[in-house]
Amino acid sequence: MKPLLQSEAFVRIAAPLAVGVVLIGVWEVGCRLASIPVYLFPKPSDIFNSLAHNGPSLLRALMVTLRVTLQAFAAAVVLGTLVAFMFVQSRAIEVSLFPYAVLLQVTPVVAIAPLIIILVKNTQLSLTICATLVALFPIISNTTLGLRSVDPGLANYFRMNRAGRLKTLMKLRIPGALPYFFGGLRISSGLALIGAVVAEFVAGTGGRSSGLAYEILDAGFTLDIPRMFAALFLITLTGVGLFGAMVLLSRLALSNWHESEIGAET
Amino acid sequence: MNALLPGEPLNESPDRMTAGNDRPPAVEILSAEKVFANGTRALAPIDLSIADGEFLTLIGPSGCGKSTLLKLIANLIEPSDGRLLWWHGDFGQVGQDGRRFAFVFQEPTLMPWARVDANVRLPLELANFAKAKAAPVVAEAIERVGLSKFARHFPRQLSGGMKMRVSIARALVTNPNLLLMDEPFGALDEFTRNKLDADLVRLWWERKLTTVFVTHSIYEAVFLSTRIIVMAANPGRIFRTMTIDEPQPRDEEFRSSAKFAAYCRELSTWLAEASLPLPSGGAS
Repeated sequence: MKPLLQSEAFVRIAAPLAVGVVLIGVWEVGCRLASIPVYLFPKPSDIFNSLAHNGPSLLRALMVTLRVTLQAFAAAVVLGTLVAFMFVQSRAIEVSLFPYAVLLQVTPVVAIAPLIIILVKNTQLSLTICATLVALFPIISNTTLGLRSVDPGLANYFRMNRAGRLKTLMKLRIPGALPYFFGGLRISSGLALIGAVVAEFVAGTGGRSSGLAYEILDAGFTLDIPRMFAALFLITLTGVGLFGAMVLLSRLALSNWHESEIGAET
Repeated sequence: MNALLPGEPLNESPDRMTAGNDRPPAVEILSAEKVFANGTRALAPIDLSIADGEFLTLIGPSGCGKSTLLKLIANLIEPSDGRLLWWHGDFGQVGQDGRRFAFVFQEPTLMPWARVDANVRLPLELANFAKAKAAPVVAEAIERVGLSKFARHFPRQLSGGMKMRVSIARALVTNPNLLLMDEPFGALDEFTRNKLDADLVRLWWERKLTTVFVTHSIYEAVFLSTRIIVMAANPGRIFRTMTIDEPQPRDEEFRSSAKFAAYCRELSTWLAEASLPLPSGGAS
């Protein structure tokens, strides 16, 4: 048994946590010493109070944003994987469609969001579409790259054994593409959240189902700065949670074999 | 196609005393040559008959076409001219009459995401073998290479030599008649290589496998082979043939014998001659 301080897992959790505690402490003390007014820059304790005070409404907003994010993420994963499979099946499809995938990626979501919100009546759906558009590209590009990155020796072996297209896909291409796919998931989950929040900002106060972005806007109008920070904190927390879930998923799937998930023990 | 009688290779010495000499040939190479698309003449027309049960080694300087010849035998590439016969038939019939061949690459080429047993089962799966029926065959093949304890390990948990053993088990699992090996132990340290060579000789002897082996190592060639084909480059061709008629299966005793040393010395001289550039042609 190693001492706690030398344990890798402990250090990995404790070190960033300590940094966080110190930063929050400096922030709190700094604000108090300089007596900065709450409406300019709230102290951590103000934000915490606001979080407790506005709990139910913030939680409801969080659920709305989370729902849009998860729906968009799921749609991006399904669509992106399907498109990647299509790209790998034929060069012609990839060559003709890839420029449009790039077009989708480089167009800022803020620019197309108003259009989508006008075209699609259902706010929830329009927000989901916007977020999906943002989250889609990493899945497409990563999965395509993964499906193409087949070990040439193994590909040769499959060819020699007269393996068909489907078998090569199932037994060789898909398992080999998993590390790339999970890399795509990590980026895409964060982008889905960003897409959801940005789209909601653009949609503004119109919608009835209002998420965290609306909370931020609303708090800005009423100069309730601690609530603004509290909503921001929840968005950040959601992003971290999503990222953590993806890391965990990737570890579960790849820890047995892939270099990226093998610890220092080997 | 200039037809040469099957089983009458051009460059072979008349005193053939190989183990499976009286049996029908497994592979006949009839004036097969290979010119690549870029004009490189990888192989001049070659005539060679590989007897059933023979352990044939191809050795020679780089660029002599030994790998190309092996790929021709594996039907991975087609000859530009001439033809090959497998058990007196076309390649299309290989596998249909129960005769199979297996190829072991330079690298283990294992699936990193699959455990040892799943890796060994792969050729059976690709041939639509039922999983339950495959299990005992897979277990037997893994035992053959001495990895029973590691059947549930992942490739990354194994050493280089063990990975190569898995690759060999994967080749054996289909119970092939012809085993083609392209410098399989080239990347291993000498100790591991000697050990695997000894295992391979035993396997070859027990299973009556026809084996075609490509190597750079003189010692390995002499230890393993019943016949060694020394090849030369520019263009790739058979330079000389050495028959090693020594008792089987060979062991460490043979490796340390004076005869072994004599074979190695002669083979070494031949290789040096084969590596000399042609008076007319340029060096490779």
